Amino acid sequence: MWRDHLTEIIVFTVLFLLVSAMGFVAARWRAPRDMAHLDEWGLGGRSFGGWITWFLVGGDLYTAYTFVAVPALIFGAGAAGFFAVPYTIVIYPMVFLVLCRLWSVSHRHGFVTPADFVRSRFDSPILALLVAITGIVATMPYIALQLVGIEAVLKTMGVTGESALARHLPIIVAFAILAAYTYQSGLRAPALIAFVKDSLIYIVILVAVFYLPYKLGGWGSIFDAADAKFQASPAPGDGILLNANNQLQYVTLAFGSALALFLYPHSITGVLASRNRDVIKRNMSALPAYSLLLGLIALLGYMAIAAKVTPLAGTKEGSFDTNTIVPRLFDAQFPDWFAGVAYAAIGIGALVPAAIMSIAAANLFTRNIYKEYLKRDATPAQEANVSKIASLVVKVGAVACIVFLDPQFSIDLQLIGGVIILQTLPAVALGLYTRWFHRGALIAGWVAGMALGMWMLYQVGNPATGKKHFAGSAFPLSEFGFDTKKTIYVGIVAVLVNLVVAALLTLVLRAGKVADGVDGTTPNDYFADEGDPRLTPGPTRDADSAPEPVA
Amino acid sequence: MAAPEPEAPTTARSRAKDHSPWNWLLFIPIVVPLIPAFFNADSPRIFGFPRFYWLQLAWILLGVGTTTLVYQMTKKRGER
Repeated sequence: MWRDHLTEIIVFTVLFLLVSAMGFVAARWRAPRDMAHLDEWGLGGRSFGGWITWFLVGGDLYTAYTFVAVPALIFGAGAAGFFAVPYTIVIYPMVFLVLCRLWSVSHRHGFVTPADFVRSRFDSPILALLVAITGIVATMPYIALQLVGIEAVLKTMGVTGESALARHLPIIVAFAILAAYTYQSGLRAPALIAFVKDSLIYIVILVAVFYLPYKLGGWGSIFDAADAKFQASPAPGDGILLNANNQLQYVTLAFGSALALFLYPHSITGVLASRNRDVIKRNMSALPAYSLLLGLIALLGYMAIAAKVTPLAGTKEGSFDTNTIVPRLFDAQFPDWFAGVAYAAIGIGALVPAAIMSIAAANLFTRNIYKEYLKRDATPAQEANVSKIASLVVKVGAVACIVFLDPQFSIDLQLIGGVIILQTLPAVALGLYTRWFHRGALIAGWVAGMALGMWMLYQVGNPATGKKHFAGSAFPLSEFGFDTKKTIYVGIVAVLVNLVVAALLTLVLRAGKVADGVDGTTPNDYFADEGDPRLTPGPTRDADSAPEPVA
Repeated sequence: MAAPEPEAPTTARSRAKDHSPWNWLLFIPIVVPLIPAFFNADSPRIFGFPRFYWLQLAWILLGVGTTTLVYQMTKKRGER
């Protein structure tokens, strides 16, 4: 019952309202001369320094869903769920130089989205459209999942109702507030809120990693309790260490997820909002602080085992909603007021990425669909307006997904999202280094990677839950005819096939002398920095000809 | 960091490119954390953490150290 959780609810509500007020005030924070420009609304004026970028990108990549789902995974499967740690370690050295190139070329040409870049680099509206649609489709379920994070908290506080509408009312209200201040303040809102959100999360986790082991008899006994649980369970894949069959999956999943993360439109939005190349490079060294946080949060799953916490019941009879495991642990172990703070950290933690994701998706729609196909001569003010409205539509869509569909559907889509966003790797990431690939071959590679990825995901079932399709991303190699029980991450296989197809077809198309368009960028563009003059890529893009405001 | 100058006359052409032998170091924190043979064991434990957990958390330091080193060594000195 919610009455038992009154203190938690009050603390949660007060912090939530405080942050919402900040979101509205953010429009005036570092206020631009003219907010009616996509660079201002959608990229915060491309002016964020080191600290703001750190909070913004950190709050963006390490989402509320991550903080709820990773410990839930560890709780259920053990070591395999820890892939999030190597995943978020290898990513930064990997993109250290790549993102600087993307930032430079975007700065020079006024690109707002990865599809803008592809459009100009490969002179192919179709390829750009594919990249844009892939980005939007991959982002939508991700936004919906942020709601799953908030719901896990609300459920634990007993804020539920009988009918579907009553159960979801708090979420609808929360998202309406979020939509309103994102509409008004653009990227400045999540940037400002990220400070509060991340400070709360750091406090909660520091307390949790010292206080909870003290209460539960030390780290040693926490791991021993987890070990005992997995030894007793009949499932073959769990345990506090990896076994011979899931190591390949662990490594390929970490590597593939790292490749995918900075292809997501919302990560790129966060990076393009930074002021110069130096800010990006310094952040690649500083962002792993969040990985440490994530690693410790992941271990909350084992603390829940040691504390004998049980998850709340799921929507179906006899099922469990393991996402409630962390809120339940806080509820059982912390005093009420501090549990309230922890819940607020998760709840607010959902708002930052949800806002950035909706802005990123809206920018993709505006630049690569609206401006490309609907209104070629759109002014910067019109672009900003369309983007604002699109961000509202995206959020309504996300709420509708959660209210009207089974949340499991969003989780499945998110799984697919990681695989499909990887298929933009050859065009976006490799495109930053080489124009060797033929635009036609890149399109064919995308199609091949998508088709294979979908088929593989469809084949993955989970006998334990009775789910036949889309039950995970660990593809059994035996399906390819290998005599082994090893599994591999679907995304890696799909993107490799994508690359092979793109490379072979490039050779064919080059031999056939098929027209390949004109590269709109020059090698020097990839090293431009703050203060370098910006170009006007075409007569229709008067938006970008304005000299950069000197911050 | 120095305050940005208004429209510096330098263009991208006059800048040093990103090529530096130091960049090769970045491969270390990409490859090492992806070798399970290093970390997939229980002993030795540190503060109760099995090796699987403390060593993977320690790779974070490896990543931070390497990227910081590469950043410092490839930073353009004297310019701005």
